[in-house]
Amino acid sequence: MVRLTDVKKEYANGAKALKYVSFELNSGEFAFLVGPSGSGKSTIIKLLTGEIAPTEGTVSVNGYDVGSLPLRQMPYLRRTIGTIFQDYRLIQKKTVYENVALAMRAVGATNKRIRERTNFVLNLVGLDTKSKATPLELSGGEMQRVAIARALVNDPQLIIADEPTGNLDPPRSLEILMLLKKINELGTTVLVVTHEKSLVDRLSQRVIAIDGGRIIGDGMNGYYNYEED
Amino acid sequence: MGTIIMKRINTGYYIREGVSSIFTHSLMSFGSVVIITACLIIMGCFSLLAINVNAIIEDFEDENVILAYIDENRSEDEARALKSQIEALPNVTTAVFMSRADAWKSFIGKYKDQSRFENIDESVFRHRFSIYVDDVGRMGQTQIDVTGVPGVIKVNANLTIANGFVTVRNIVSGVSIVMIAILLIVSLFIMSNTIKLGTFDRREEIAIMKMVGATNGFIRWPFVFEGFILGVVGSLIAFIAQWGIYAAVTGRLMGNISVGFITTIPFSHVAVPLFLAFVAIGFAVGVVGSGVAIRKYMKV
Ligand SMILES: Nc1ncnc2c1ncn2[C@@H]1O[C@H](COP(=O)(O)OP(=O)(O)OP(=O)(O)O)[C@@H](O)[C@H]1O
Ligand SMILES: [Mg+2]
Repeated sequence: MVRLTDVKKEYANGAKALKYVSFELNSGEFAFLVGPSGSGKSTIIKLLTGEIAPTEGTVSVNGYDVGSLPLRQMPYLRRTIGTIFQDYRLIQKKTVYENVALAMRAVGATNKRIRERTNFVLNLVGLDTKSKATPLELSGGEMQRVAIARALVNDPQLIIADEPTGNLDPPRSLEILMLLKKINELGTTVLVVTHEKSLVDRLSQRVIAIDGGRIIGDGMNGYYNYEED
Repeated sequence: MGTIIMKRINTGYYIREGVSSIFTHSLMSFGSVVIITACLIIMGCFSLLAINVNAIIEDFEDENVILAYIDENRSEDEARALKSQIEALPNVTTAVFMSRADAWKSFIGKYKDQSRFENIDESVFRHRFSIYVDDVGRMGQTQIDVTGVPGVIKVNANLTIANGFVTVRNIVSGVSIVMIAILLIVSLFIMSNTIKLGTFDRREEIAIMKMVGATNGFIRWPFVFEGFILGVVGSLIAFIAQWGIYAAVTGRLMGNISVGFITTIPFSHVAVPLFLAFVAIGFAVGVVGSGVAIRKYMKV
């Protein structure tokens, strides 16, 4: 569950990235977050994961008040969130299996549990045959599926993806979005930042539109009611 | 039970990661082991020198007593009775009584031609105490204290020699401590830079670990193990080298007649504390150095 209430974010250099943003994402929901470059999408993602703190307002994620969460508690918030980025963020010298297993090692799971769960999620994203490969031996779509497997492996309540298809061709992008939708249908809340207008329309899900640090649209009526300049 | 298993598994992971990082930067790792070894050996040399100087000085100190002469109007029993009073003074370890008669015998015993002393009567000697002190540095004060004991009429102490010992000992200890401190800082600096290189290389990995909810402890451990392994390897090499160097130097000294009066402490007497100190320093330098190196990554 995600709730932003009157969130204002001003960076140290004075850039006003968010101007009183409020929205809610219920448990089990799927939503797209769309908007032009510089509109504040990544800023919202960073607020949700506790990478940055709001200047004003409150950010609540899975029961944690992120803005006032002590540093020591941050890892526990992050364990309830699976995060996916455009650049995959995989460790090049580790195998696919190790990249995914790392997330479970980090939370202190047992080897047996790590084996079972890692193989399960690799199977879910269709990479069970590539578990011994390193990221350098994979295509972009495959790398992003490894990242999704890693995001999933600790069974998070929420998955957030910041432009997960930014480096992929349209068929691969659709595959990734469909995979995220499938994960959502298995019960996880999903928030996806994207620019892919046609894909967003195709999935017909909730779309939250942002521009200039303000929410300018929020509803089920496809790729927003606003025109990109 | 569950936590025990969890710990063991993680330890395996930490050690694997630490070792792999050592080999990724094998040249830098090798360099830091060499520097730590060298620093430890130099530290060891200074410590052993200080220990030996101290031991030699202690030998001399044992012979450096205060002589307290007792009023001749007191009987031998009365004089003897002062022992407990003198021994109660601060810094006094023991007071050995020597009667007038014994003093006379000991005096003439020093000479072969005893006929020269026929007309010297033992009555010119006084009952006396040889007073052994704990710390020669406080000998001056002890001398004053002894003078204050009723019945003591004269006190002899060689303060110049006592102060000389104290000065030598202070200089050797002082120089050793300063050198050890400098070398500790140098090894810490080298160690933390080696590990820093590792953390810089792995900054993306660290960011990923943060992203998936790793605690600072989990992120820190592989680096701590890396530092620990480098530090302990350095200390083991240093210990063996130190052994060789010490044996060679003391062998030379013993073989040299001109310094034959110096007795050095056998290595076996200092081996255990030296070994423990080396390993402890290697461990501390490794762990603290790695802690310093990854500090800046711990604040997100
Ligand atoms: N670390 C930062 N320091 C200062 N200003 C920042 C920082 N990060 C973002 N900004 C500014 O905040 C505003 C919003 O940035 P943000 O990254 O949230 O945009 P975005 O919607 O993710 O854009 P894009 O689609 O290009 O990724 C921009 O004006 C940007 O320049
Ligand atoms: Mg962005």
